[in-house]
Amino acid sequence: MPANTTYLAHHFESLEKQTYAARLGMWLFLATEVLLFTALFAGYGVYRYLYPEAFREASRGLETWIGFVNTLVLVTSSFTVAMGLERATRGDGRGTRLLFGLSILLALAFLGLKAVEYTHHFHAGELPGRYYASDAVQGPGGPIFFALYFLITGLHAIHVVIGMTVLAVIGWRAGRGAYAAEYHVPVELGALYWHLVDLIWIFVFPLIYLV
Amino acid sequence: MNPSLARSEVPVWNPRNYLNSPETGLRSWLLTQDHKRIGVMFLVATTIAFAIGGIFALLIRIELLTPGPTIMSAQTYNRMFTLHGVVMIFLFMIPAIPSGFGNFLVPLMIGAKDVAFPRLNLLSFYVYLAGAVIALFGMVQGGADTGWTFYTPYSTTTITKVVPVLLGAFILGFSSILTGLNFIVTTHTMRAPGLTWTRLPLFVWSIYATSVIQILATPVLGMSLLLVAVEHAFGWGIFDPARGGDPVLFQHFFWFYSHPAVYIMVLPAMAVISEVVCAFSRKNIFGYKAVAYSSLGIAFVGFFTWGHHMFVSGQSAFNGGVFGVLSMFVGIFTAIKVFNWTATLYKGSILFATPFAYFVGFLFFLVFGGMTGIALATVSLDVHWHDTYFIVAHFHFIMVGATLMAFLAALHYWFPKIAGKRLPEGWGLVAAVMIILGFNFTFIPQFLLGNEGMPRRYFSYPEKFWPLNVASTAGASVLAMGLVIVLVYTLVALKWGPVAGANPWNSRGFEWNTPSPPPPENYETTPVYTHGPHEYDLPGVETPPAATPEPKHAS
Repeated sequence: MPANTTYLAHHFESLEKQTYAARLGMWLFLATEVLLFTALFAGYGVYRYLYPEAFREASRGLETWIGFVNTLVLVTSSFTVAMGLERATRGDGRGTRLLFGLSILLALAFLGLKAVEYTHHFHAGELPGRYYASDAVQGPGGPIFFALYFLITGLHAIHVVIGMTVLAVIGWRAGRGAYAAEYHVPVELGALYWHLVDLIWIFVFPLIYLV
Repeated sequence: MNPSLARSEVPVWNPRNYLNSPETGLRSWLLTQDHKRIGVMFLVATTIAFAIGGIFALLIRIELLTPGPTIMSAQTYNRMFTLHGVVMIFLFMIPAIPSGFGNFLVPLMIGAKDVAFPRLNLLSFYVYLAGAVIALFGMVQGGADTGWTFYTPYSTTTITKVVPVLLGAFILGFSSILTGLNFIVTTHTMRAPGLTWTRLPLFVWSIYATSVIQILATPVLGMSLLLVAVEHAFGWGIFDPARGGDPVLFQHFFWFYSHPAVYIMVLPAMAVISEVVCAFSRKNIFGYKAVAYSSLGIAFVGFFTWGHHMFVSGQSAFNGGVFGVLSMFVGIFTAIKVFNWTATLYKGSILFATPFAYFVGFLFFLVFGGMTGIALATVSLDVHWHDTYFIVAHFHFIMVGATLMAFLAALHYWFPKIAGKRLPEGWGLVAAVMIILGFNFTFIPQFLLGNEGMPRRYFSYPEKFWPLNVASTAGASVLAMGLVIVLVYTLVALKWGPVAGANPWNSRGFEWNTPSPPPPENYETTPVYTHGPHEYDLPGVETPPAATPEPKHAS
């Protein structure tokens, strides 16, 4: 691959600075993502405090095994993404492409299982707010639980889709040899984003399915 | 120290500047990644937004000229004050100084060629435009009538077009996040050699603190606005008491952002003022570190004060007291700044130019508005003033009084750098006097009205409030006239103004080390900093050489 100068943007004086800037920017962006979900988690906390019984019952009605399998799937995909990054640090773009592709397949499996779960909710009438038609949980707690459930998991699913797109673009570019051992920052940032998506699920799973 | 401000060189226009290089076409502007052009585009866009918001404000004042209906229906009136708030806050005040002047100046001040992420910077502008267009579309469609606070459950049940306005504000939040992110990374990574944190211009410090707030608070606002939109559109019941939701939770979410957002508006104002006060008293700032750290202090404490908007929302008296005391901490940090600015003036060599006139106005409005803020943070007093014109006058003193003064100070101070032309000093002072007096006549009557019990957001009022309302409207028209004068002479100066030269104020702020208007790459060689900004006590640092020989005769 060509020397460092190819990757250096005109306004940076060195590649180290540019890399440092890109990493810092990504971490700050991840912080805003965390805060976005924090607002929803805070809302969840408040309503769980207001309707402890209803939330417990509604949560018990969820299919924990799907959530559990999905957790495993996502953690595995994070592992394959990390492997892909490791390939990139050694300048093996094709390896990165392969492992990122594998991660995308795992993400698709995650979304598939999520879709199965959503279908069950639709049939059971476990829907948010005024659409709630189930008699499993009495009182206003049930509809609110499912409003938050769909908001949190829905927003997370959107992030999964965005993450898949990012992995696809970067994996494809890596396969064409766009990065090199001495410069693979985009691979690293894409991997960071995917780990965030994974990490958020690590919080969502116990919060919604287990407690 | 050289107190003389007489220009020692013939002003030169920099022929190869960011306005004409590398290209001049519309396309080159729309696709530019130059922070200076993006800053200018933000300034133009926010000025247009300011004009729209100002027209809404004038319509509101005209309506309140008489106790009964004057020119519009009650419903239209509700829409007017909502749109006034939304436009002024989300489209003008939040982006104007950070995204406009900040974009232009931060890289110049730190000796960088551009911000860290130029493409993201351009994206931020287009996200702003998209948000603005969606919000304006909602306004054309009939607008919202909820007030800019979008309090539930009214905002989720109103028949007006609240969803596009909410989505517009949501999207604008992303623009704000992107700009904040860019500035934080830029400040960390792009500083030129020798520019340590304690040599950083105070403008950059304050913009940095603003960016921290933008990054930490805006996502929460985005989420809560989205929740309101979802609830209004689909009835999911998160904030709907009829479905077991908690409307007060929305208030917590909303003010968790929107109180820090007040500091997104006022910290950049303080950033401008810290530069102006140095340049026009020809002294370095008194207590540099105290001013710099107090910005961070305000940013930090600002996150723990939101409850003072909710003293009458069923919050416990204990919570109210805690939030009240925490709110007063903001007063401490602000006072640190005010004392340091005034101490900077002491024994300075003051040049009473237009930016300085706005500085004086700023100081008065900030102190007056701030003191009423301390009073309002006292729970027992707030219960009396809550939702009256006293509140309206208070936050206009801070948000408009302070921020607008700083915006105008910045415009007059940096216009020679941005456009390479000078603004007319005489007209500038006339307009400044009109704006400052007009502002006082608009809002001091509102303090009195509020104290007598006139509620905010009411369409009509008892006759005993009539005289003060007339005074307020009269003041608003003087204020508007002053602003029109500024707009007119700015546009005239853009074309016909005299050439300013690199440094017409003889300021020692770092941004003046470039020619005016600056070249596209800012600095040909990366500058090396050996001292802080505004060190007028150093002998002749970067003083331009005299173009004509000194007069020979002694007398």
